[in-house]
Amino acid sequence: MNGAWMTVLKRDLLLAFRRRSDVATTLFFFLIVSSLFPLGIGPEPTVLSSIAPGVLWVAALLAGMLSLTRLFAADFADGSLEQMLLAPQPLTLLVTAKVLAHWLVCGLPVVLLAPLIGLQYALPNDALFVLIISLLLGTPALSLIGAIGAALTLGVRGSGLLVALLVLPLYIPVLIFGAGAVAASQHGMSAQAHLSLLAACSLLALVLAPLATAAALRISVE
Amino acid sequence: MLLTQGLACLRGDRLLFKNVEFELNAGGLLYVLGENGSGKSSLLRMLCGLMLPESGTVFWNKKPIKEESESYLSNLTYIGHLNGLKDDLTALENLTMSARAAGNEVTEDKALAALAAIGIERCANLPARVLSQGQKRRVTLAKLWLSEGKLWILDEPFAALDIASVSILAAKLGEHLSSGGMAILTTHQDVAIHAQSTQTLRLSE
Repeated sequence: MNGAWMTVLKRDLLLAFRRRSDVATTLFFFLIVSSLFPLGIGPEPTVLSSIAPGVLWVAALLAGMLSLTRLFAADFADGSLEQMLLAPQPLTLLVTAKVLAHWLVCGLPVVLLAPLIGLQYALPNDALFVLIISLLLGTPALSLIGAIGAALTLGVRGSGLLVALLVLPLYIPVLIFGAGAVAASQHGMSAQAHLSLLAACSLLALVLAPLATAAALRISVE
Repeated sequence: MLLTQGLACLRGDRLLFKNVEFELNAGGLLYVLGENGSGKSSLLRMLCGLMLPESGTVFWNKKPIKEESESYLSNLTYIGHLNGLKDDLTALENLTMSARAAGNEVTEDKALAALAAIGIERCANLPARVLSQGQKRRVTLAKLWLSEGKLWILDEPFAALDIASVSILAAKLGEHLSSGGMAILTTHQDVAIHAQSTQTLRLSE
């Protein structure tokens, strides 16, 4: 059983490596969107650091969504999704392997890039640290919830926009707690409450989202 | 043993078929025949559990496949219209990974041997993107040499194959059936497959 899970994870990582340009698109999007704000608003450090948590989190969220439609679409088109459904292993498990691969490829690089971008916004060191932690705890929830939307819109025309409409409202709690954690640390308060809630969001998504995604995949393939 | 009772398929508001019943035992071969659009592929997808029947049930060893799903799926090898190959992976990577994802323990040597069996080992290290339609089909079919499943459900396995590959595949099917396997296939070609018992199911309106 482990073998199948590892294989799905490895295959997706290998495919991402062979199609590096797709991954680069996500990262460049994050880089450019979050660099546009300082250019547009001006170099006032107090203004920049007060909008930083929200802007960086929204940029990370949108960057993650760019790649969501690709999560199952290629598998659906070439027939590997059918084969995944017919594997004796529970589909929910295989779904977690695919989501983990998506997060490693599209979520983790954003987390690692975020402190660099944070410097543009004159964020102090401890706020930068909280930003990394909040993204690390929150982005898995984004991938997990996004997978439900990606599965539901498989084979639908104009699925990119539809995914955004379905998934963005569900991202709101993650955005509030994530940006809230950074803002709290900027104002000298403890970010722990926000971070705990963020981790709770991710854990809840880890338990429920694969079930919903698997059910949605079965409907889409039929 | 595979048994169906009163299977019916509705697509949109069109009834493709109803009351499809058959029993397939070890060593048995079932041909599903019918015109284009008569519901052959839908029937095969139904038998796999990818599609829910409008009415009726599919039984594996006397239990509905929904209840027996794990043992049923570990005995099932389905090859549909789509090849399930990734353009950016080589033929060998495609074959090993799809077999492993289906839960078979497969070494690279075994996979190479399977590719050789269907005469395509030359292309083992080429990305699937550059293979021809027939070569892609053969990479997909090589999975049968790695399959440990008893029941093979094949949708148009001979399409796009050259004459030599057709006879290799027919021989493999014969071998599978004589060792107690079962096979269900749709085809428009007349291919002789050696089987203990052969049934034909004709879908028509």
